[in-house]
Amino acid sequence: MKQNWWKALTVVLLLYVSVAGLLLPVPRLAILNETIRNLYFHVPMWFGMTFILAASVYYSVRYLRTPTPALDIRAHEAARTGILMGFVGLATGSIWAKYAWGAWWTNDPKLNGAAIAMLIYCAYLVLRSSFTDEQQRARVSAIYNIFAFATAIPLFYILPRLTDSLHPGAGGNPAFAKYDLDSNMRLVFYPAVIGWTLLAFWLAQLASRVSLLKLKVYEKQIA
Amino acid sequence: MKNRLPKLRPALLVLLALLLPVVRVAAQSTASDSPEMADVLRQSGKIYVVVAVIAVVLVGLLFFLIALDRKVSRLEKELRD
Repeated sequence: MKQNWWKALTVVLLLYVSVAGLLLPVPRLAILNETIRNLYFHVPMWFGMTFILAASVYYSVRYLRTPTPALDIRAHEAARTGILMGFVGLATGSIWAKYAWGAWWTNDPKLNGAAIAMLIYCAYLVLRSSFTDEQQRARVSAIYNIFAFATAIPLFYILPRLTDSLHPGAGGNPAFAKYDLDSNMRLVFYPAVIGWTLLAFWLAQLASRVSLLKLKVYEKQIA
Repeated sequence: MKNRLPKLRPALLVLLALLLPVVRVAAQSTASDSPEMADVLRQSGKIYVVVAVIAVVLVGLLFFLIALDRKVSRLEKELRD
């Protein structure tokens, strides 16, 4: 029997985050004002993206060891969900930047790193569509996926911290770091990360199941 | 009223969470020395409109997701048999 408890948990967590995220108190900071509440939505997109892309790499590695269409589908759908989360993260970040920094985009290591990582993953999608043979497509894209992930991690988490950045969490902004871990905000932030990550896995799982169904139907038709 | 108190506890806690910042603002001098927040929105209760809208959007999307999940489960079951 399918395990569905985590889907119910997703629903509860997301509802809690949406309501508590607006109603519970937050630190009063200049410039940010109420937009600090974006923390509950913008940041979990990136956390969720990282987890689901890690799952995608996991399936890619498994595929290379035991090639089955199911594993390829899972890797692909997890990557697609990760790319979606990443673009939503970029969009929400851009909106936030417009109001907090005055510009939709800045020449910032974290922002540029994130954009480059997303482009690398878009190239993964393009790569897949360039193959007609399924097994070749699966194998090459699995290898590319591993390299893409290995490149994305330094782009997101290592390079931005080595230099000064306007974006919180880098060398230049210790003050904000104190506040995005404010204990009041933690009450909503941690459930938010879990909730949005679970949503990513739910979406990837659904997409995989649909693809697997399509595969089964196709196999039955040609049999 | 007495034995309904535990059920009212979440509502009371939320109310308290809302009123505490108001108390803080009320205690401020007129030379506003702290960054402005959406206090008026809260005092007027309009924040609940925002919460309600977001909740409705979210519930709608989640319902769609659950319905989709159920459809896929049904199809999987059909194919297995």
